[in-house]
Amino acid sequence: MTLIATESLTKTYGGRVTALADLTVAVEPGIIGLVGANGAGKSTLIKILLGLLAPTSGRVSVLGLDPTTDPAAVRARVGYMPEHDALPPDLTAAELVTHLGRISGLPRTAARERASEALRHVGLHEERHRAVGGYSTGMKQRVKLAQALVHDPDLLLLDEPTNGLDPAGRDDMLALVHRIGTEFGISVLVCSHLLGEVERICDTLVAIDGGRLLRAGPIAAMTSATDVLAVEVSEGTELLAARLAALDLPVDREGRLLLVPLADDSTYDLILGAVAALDLPLHRLDQRRHRVAELFATREPSHA
Amino acid sequence: MPESTGVIHDIGYQRYTGPRLGRRHVFGALYLHGLRTIFGLGRSAKAKIFPWLVVGIVTLVAVIVAAVRSQIGEVLLTYAQFADSMSWLIIFFVAVAAPELVSRDLRSGVLPLYFSRPLPRGDYATAKLLALVTGLWLLLGGPQLVMFLGAAFTTDAGLRGVGDELLDLLPALLYAGLWAVVFASVGLLVASLTGKRAFAAGGIVAVFLMTMPIGGTLAILPSRTVNELAGLVSPSTLVMGVGTWALPDPPGADSGEGLMIGGFGPVYAVAAVLLVAACVTLLLLRYRKVAAR
Repeated sequence: MTLIATESLTKTYGGRVTALADLTVAVEPGIIGLVGANGAGKSTLIKILLGLLAPTSGRVSVLGLDPTTDPAAVRARVGYMPEHDALPPDLTAAELVTHLGRISGLPRTAARERASEALRHVGLHEERHRAVGGYSTGMKQRVKLAQALVHDPDLLLLDEPTNGLDPAGRDDMLALVHRIGTEFGISVLVCSHLLGEVERICDTLVAIDGGRLLRAGPIAAMTSATDVLAVEVSEGTELLAARLAALDLPVDREGRLLLVPLADDSTYDLILGAVAALDLPLHRLDQRRHRVAELFATREPSHA
Repeated sequence: MPESTGVIHDIGYQRYTGPRLGRRHVFGALYLHGLRTIFGLGRSAKAKIFPWLVVGIVTLVAVIVAAVRSQIGEVLLTYAQFADSMSWLIIFFVAVAAPELVSRDLRSGVLPLYFSRPLPRGDYATAKLLALVTGLWLLLGGPQLVMFLGAAFTTDAGLRGVGDELLDLLPALLYAGLWAVVFASVGLLVASLTGKRAFAAGGIVAVFLMTMPIGGTLAILPSRTVNELAGLVSPSTLVMGVGTWALPDPPGADSGEGLMIGGFGPVYAVAAVLLVAACVTLLLLRYRKVAAR
């Protein structure tokens, strides 16, 4: 079953500001990373998926349902964690999550039980009976995640879940999201402007920029066979590039660097041989992993 | 074995297979939550002080009125007069309760958590409004019931006396309902415009109290028609005007202190309905906008 599908989805505000432009994407259940710079249209997309915003044109389906015509059915099966502060300071976490569970349609006792379960799963135990106002940012993020989980959704929409967290907190949150996606059997859409974070935990990646789809696909396909050798010579970069190209090596330029895909150990020998033959001063030759970021960067040279 | 002494084992995540209740139940949960919020239930002790102070005052007044009536036989306040004379307290009660209901949610940003759930955005506003109406009605109707019980138990006319008393009480309860509906819809609309509780409270008091002098000024202009329509400009006098027109025993009728409305009673009634309708419409529109943010 397709988890989320959009077809030529477009959203313009007031006919001038374009938040989403002709976005067509389909993703399967799992952990999906939605990456893009701030203002790329991530939050707009989430609001359309929740049926809170109506698209200007195009079609959208979530869990096989249409949020524009049946938002209540979609929202009953989706949990949403917003980006910004969303917690009333004077309620305790247990009260708040229980109340929101009831708003999701859980009976009173079930809401109370599932609230403490959800809070336990995100790592809040005794603290849950304290007022949220006194919580650290990390604890608040966990409460926000717990309220999205309380009604046992089939899909979680997490908007920048690591926002405001320190590095250790980020790792914890990402591990938690990964656990929800793998062990709990709940699909997760994680929004982030930090590609490095989401690529660690997700199995599908969707990148948008300026409301347009940059790339979408399984992350394995994007990172496989992406070991490259970076070569830097103090001078004669052009000559070396031409020489390597003549040796049938596909060469990419990245500033002063030449990037050559690493086929096997003979690639080293070919490069070293070429440098020696041209008598160029070799500055650096090292192997590095081709980050997904570079895949996006090559598609979008304007940001380089 | 330390493990046997109450260690909680992680049994993993459990899917929920129980019932999921429909819109009516969700509405009811939000309504009850709102009603509890108004009286500070389930909240800090500080939040309980003001609502229960007001409850105490109105109950005390009702008890005194009932006691004086049973001992001396003098009716200090009729049921409807009670509602009128408590109106200033109701204004302050609304000024505290309405921001508590809606401004706090706007401020804390909790609304996206509501609107991402299967709760139609109109339901949020109507549940809060109904909660406030109920709260205000209980605040006025509860003491009226105390007065009724006092009168019913001390009546000399037996069951017939109780029946007469009941016939006095019922219209007054409806009148209290009118107070509640008008004050709740105006108050909640004002409160929904700002996330700052102090601003909201100030705005509500301003709408109710600042319009009074305008009405007072209009009431002494040398035109009888203007005088009789002056009550329309303030929610309080608007309600009193409807009471003067519709109640069988209008407040102030015998003493001549009542509102001068001449033959414009129906105009007051229509104005009250329009005011409430306008406030509710604007409230719903307001939350259409808020939900999409």
